[in-house]
Amino acid sequence: MRDVAVIGVGCTEFGERWGTSFRDLFVKAGALALEDAGVTGEKIDALYVGNMSAGRFVEQEHIGALIADYAGLATNHVPSTRVEAACASGGLAFRQAVIAVASGMEDVVVAAGVEKMTDVGTGASVDMLASAADREWEGFAGATFPGLYAMIANDYMHRYPLTREQLAQVAVKNHENGARNPIAQFQNRITVDTVLNSSLVADPLRLFDCSPITDGAAAVVVVPLDRAREFTDSPVRVLASAQASDTISLHDRRDISTLDASVAAGRRAFAQAGLTHKDIDMVEVHDCFTIAEICAIEDLGFCKKGEAGRLTADGATALNGDIPVNTSGGLKACGHPVGATGIKQIYEIVSQLRGEATGRQVDAEIGMAHNVGGTGATVVVHILGA
Amino acid sequence: MSVSRFWRKIPQRYNLVGTQCTTCGRHFFPPRSLCPDCRRSGKIVDHQFTGEGTIVTYTVIRSASDQFEHTTPYVLAVVELDEGPRLTTQVACSPEEAKIGMRVKSVFRRIAADGESGTIHYGTKFVPAE
Repeated sequence: MRDVAVIGVGCTEFGERWGTSFRDLFVKAGALALEDAGVTGEKIDALYVGNMSAGRFVEQEHIGALIADYAGLATNHVPSTRVEAACASGGLAFRQAVIAVASGMEDVVVAAGVEKMTDVGTGASVDMLASAADREWEGFAGATFPGLYAMIANDYMHRYPLTREQLAQVAVKNHENGARNPIAQFQNRITVDTVLNSSLVADPLRLFDCSPITDGAAAVVVVPLDRAREFTDSPVRVLASAQASDTISLHDRRDISTLDASVAAGRRAFAQAGLTHKDIDMVEVHDCFTIAEICAIEDLGFCKKGEAGRLTADGATALNGDIPVNTSGGLKACGHPVGATGIKQIYEIVSQLRGEATGRQVDAEIGMAHNVGGTGATVVVHILGA
Repeated sequence: MSVSRFWRKIPQRYNLVGTQCTTCGRHFFPPRSLCPDCRRSGKIVDHQFTGEGTIVTYTVIRSASDQFEHTTPYVLAVVELDEGPRLTTQVACSPEEAKIGMRVKSVFRRIAADGESGTIHYGTKFVPAE
C-alpha cells in the first residue's frame, strides 16, 4: 500500500443557505479544494462523494454523475461514486478516496461531501434523519434521532456521574469555537443557562444540545505521498483510516452508552498509525448531540468511561486545553450537513495542522477525525499528521 | 409506510411474534431470519413472546416527525423482554411515571396513521405492569 497525503481542502459556509442549490454547494467546495491543491480538473482521476439523502431532501439520485457533470468532469468521463453511510457518508467518502490512492488504482482523487437539508420542512427533516436508524423497528415506534441519543443520555446519567450542567458545557465550548470559525453556522457564544433554558426536544436533551439542520459542502484532494510535493509545500499525511460497524438499532447494542464501533475504529486507527491517544493533539468528534461528544471522548480512549463530563467542565477539551475537541465548533456550532460533516472534519484538521485556523489555532501536529453514522452503526476514524 | 410493507409484519407488530434460533436458543425481537451467532448453521423458528419486560432506558419525545407530532409528548423506551431481546417502543404512561427499571407489559395500540385517509398502523406499545 502507498502512503497518502491531503494536498488541498475547501469548504463552503455552513448554514441555512436558502439562495444556494445542492449543485451550487458542491461546485463551490470542489473549486475551493482544487484551488487550494493547485490541481486542474484534467488531472483528476476519480471522485468520491458522501451524501446521505439527496433522494429525499432534494429528490435527486445519481449524485455521483450529477457532481461530475457540474464540476466540469463529465466530458473527461472521470469516474464518480456516491458513498452513503448516513451521517458518516463524508468520512466514508474520504476513506474510499484514501483506499483508491493507497491501492495504486488512482493518483489524484477528490473526496467530497454535500447535503442540502433546508429545502424541506423541519418535520420532514426529522423523519429523514430517523431513517439512519432502523425504520421498521425504531422509526415505526416513533423514535426520532434526538430521542435515540436522549435514551443514550438517560442511560449514561443513570450509570455514570454526569450532570446536566456538564452536558451543557459541551455546547458552550463548541459555540465558543464556532464563534471563531468563519464558516460556522452559529458564530455566537452561549452560556450554560442558554442551554438549560432552551426547549426540551427529548428529555433530557434540549434544543441547544442538538446539532442544527444545515446546508453545506466540503471537498479535499488526496494523492500518493511521494507525489504530494508536486502540488504543495505543506502536504498532510493520512496516518490511519479505519471503519467499524455495529447493530443498526440502539436497542441491540451490547451497551447503550458505549459506541462499540467507535471503540473498534479508534483502536484500529491507533494500531495502523502506531500511536496512542497521548499522541493526538486535537480531535474532531461527531457531536450530533452533546451526549455524543461525551461518549466519543471516552470511546476513543481519551479518558475512562464516566470522566468526560468532568473533563469538559474542567476545560480540558477547550482550545487551550490538554486535548482540544471540535475546534471547528463541531456539529453543534459549525453545523451538520450530514453528508458533508465527515469531509469538513478533515478540512478542519488540515487547516489546524497547516497553521491556518486563524482565531482558533491550536498547537497541533497530529489530528483525529471521528465520524458516526446513525447512533453508532457506522464509525469512521482518521488520523492525519503534518 | 406502504400497505404491503406494514401488512407483511402484522403478526410481529400486533402480537409480538419474534423468532428463536433452536441451535443456540437465542431469542430475537425484532425478528431475525439469520442468527448472528450461528449464522448458516442456526435454525430459526417463530416465537411468541410473553410481552413482559423492563425499561432499560427511555426519553420523552417533545418534538417528533410529522406523523407523530400530534401525539407529543410521548414516552419512548428501550424495553428488555424477559426472554432477553430488547426493542424500541412507546410506553403508554405519563412522562413523570416512566422510570429506568420499571416493569412493563405489552398492549395492542394504535401507533400512527398515513395522513387522514391513509392506513392506520396498529402495533405494540407497553404499559406499566403494576
